[in-house]
Amino acid sequence: MDLMSLTAVELGKKIKQGEVTVIDATKACLERIKKLEGDYNCFVTVDEEGALKQAEEIQKKIDNGELAGPLAGVPVAIKDNMCIEGMLTTCSSHILDNFIPTYTAEAVLKLKEAGAVIIGKTNMDEFAMGSTTETSYFGATKNPWDVNKVPGGSSGGSAAAVAAEEVPYALGSDTGGSIRQPAAFCGVTGIKPTYGRVSRYGLIAYGSSLDQIGPIAKDVTDCATILEVICQHDDKDSTSYCEAADDFTSALVDDVKGMKIGIPRDYFAEGIDEDVKNNVLAAAKKLEEKGAVVEEFDLGMVEYAIPAYYIIASAEASSNLERFDGVKYGYRTAEYRDLHNMYKKTRSEGFGAEVKRRIMLGSFVLSSGYYDAYYVKALQTKALIKKAFDEAFAKYDVILGPVAPTTALTIGESLQDPIKMYLGDIYTVSVNLAGLPGISLPCGYDKDGMPVGMQLLGQTFDEKSIIKAAYAFECTREYKRPDALTERGL
Amino acid sequence: MVITDETIDYVGILAKLELSEEEKEQAKQDMSNMLEYVSKLNELDTKDVPAMSHAFSVNNVFREDVVTNTEDRENLLKNSPEQKDGCYKVPKTFD
Repeated sequence: MDLMSLTAVELGKKIKQGEVTVIDATKACLERIKKLEGDYNCFVTVDEEGALKQAEEIQKKIDNGELAGPLAGVPVAIKDNMCIEGMLTTCSSHILDNFIPTYTAEAVLKLKEAGAVIIGKTNMDEFAMGSTTETSYFGATKNPWDVNKVPGGSSGGSAAAVAAEEVPYALGSDTGGSIRQPAAFCGVTGIKPTYGRVSRYGLIAYGSSLDQIGPIAKDVTDCATILEVICQHDDKDSTSYCEAADDFTSALVDDVKGMKIGIPRDYFAEGIDEDVKNNVLAAAKKLEEKGAVVEEFDLGMVEYAIPAYYIIASAEASSNLERFDGVKYGYRTAEYRDLHNMYKKTRSEGFGAEVKRRIMLGSFVLSSGYYDAYYVKALQTKALIKKAFDEAFAKYDVILGPVAPTTALTIGESLQDPIKMYLGDIYTVSVNLAGLPGISLPCGYDKDGMPVGMQLLGQTFDEKSIIKAAYAFECTREYKRPDALTERGL
Repeated sequence: MVITDETIDYVGILAKLELSEEEKEQAKQDMSNMLEYVSKLNELDTKDVPAMSHAFSVNNVFREDVVTNTEDRENLLKNSPEQKDGCYKVPKTFD
């Protein structure tokens, strides 16, 4: 039996029944990582010693009945923008390449309490700014379906690690699509929860009004199960939702009879690959055959989401990233004249090109004389986008569409033209602006065999409807892993 | 919108970034392209639309003003590039 082909919930069950020990599961991950990391580069840090130590402790707690949940003993990888006490946390940036946090992010803490074994930290676009995981200071992550392709981003390391079966599941974060798009490019499943569902405490901030942590795993059942563990109120995050976690797993029923699903016509208008379009519409057909009421409609505001997003996200980033100044942690330049020169040189040497680009843009749109024309205008646009979604959700339970206009791009293709890369975020960023939950799951393949993802969006705090629709669709197809794994004899 | 050298220098001060001449030229072009692209928002009539900072209504969160975290000076300082006598060490700020 290949442990690494199991889902997180399947592996958890075997551990609970005593068929597999936590040490076995942890060793299987570490072995797989050793075999594949040279090719895929999914991780910034692999904590072999710590993972084996945790495994022993967790096994004891399972044996004495202290831990009995579905994820007890199951290894996990964490995106490298979530702090873990005592473990290098870099945001894939030179400016944090020596940073050891003194506390652990709340979402990670919840997983630890549920018995997760932390295997290590996954690669990402520097400070989560990018859609390809190519802007990482530690080198690009490769897509396990084709090493010449990007895994998507910014949670590319997390998505690729799950697809390559290096870990059963991972945490990512999503500011403008950073969980959903890499999940789609790597043929796995990811959820961006409603804003406020998961505590952002210990998540290194990019765009604070947009950032949200969520799971990436092989299937919908895993994602719902993980969500149940990490969605909890936290006093340490002032935007944390006050209600207790929903029983998301109760929505795992194969029944969409009468569910109203809207398909935005404007998502399929122009710039979308035929293969993506056909696979997503075929998925809608499958749900219709199962009894859902599927209807096309005009969502509106689609072309305004990217401009509004990049103004707001860059503005928040320019403010959030001011803390990296070479004083309290991280990199400090070797030579400097005075305090201001030290700040400037530290930041200029410590940040990569894309991060500097967004800090510059953000500083400009917030500057006196331009604040109203750009920043306030973007916030007004956000209100109109939210209104368009509210109108849609008055008619539909969920909205179905593509995750991205294309499948995974070739490495190096999008770095020359930033705006072209930003345009790939057209179906994902509006969800963050409106605070909505969204799930991305595989629904087919393009002509080259690369995975195509579909996206289901729900009204705020209605994760259950998208989980239900996603689960019903997932029941119509088999999970497929990258052929490369089979070719390697894994 | 054309971005001048003065604008890039000013934004560099706000952003606390020191760009090389080459980076400056690139930044001028990138920012000008991006501002042209986002000017698409001007097509929208937003006269009576309130600026939305939070996507759904939330209330202020209050708590008692009591310290809940513990003293962790030693560990926190371990991450600093330079330290002295239990404090962060920075270059001289005034003469």
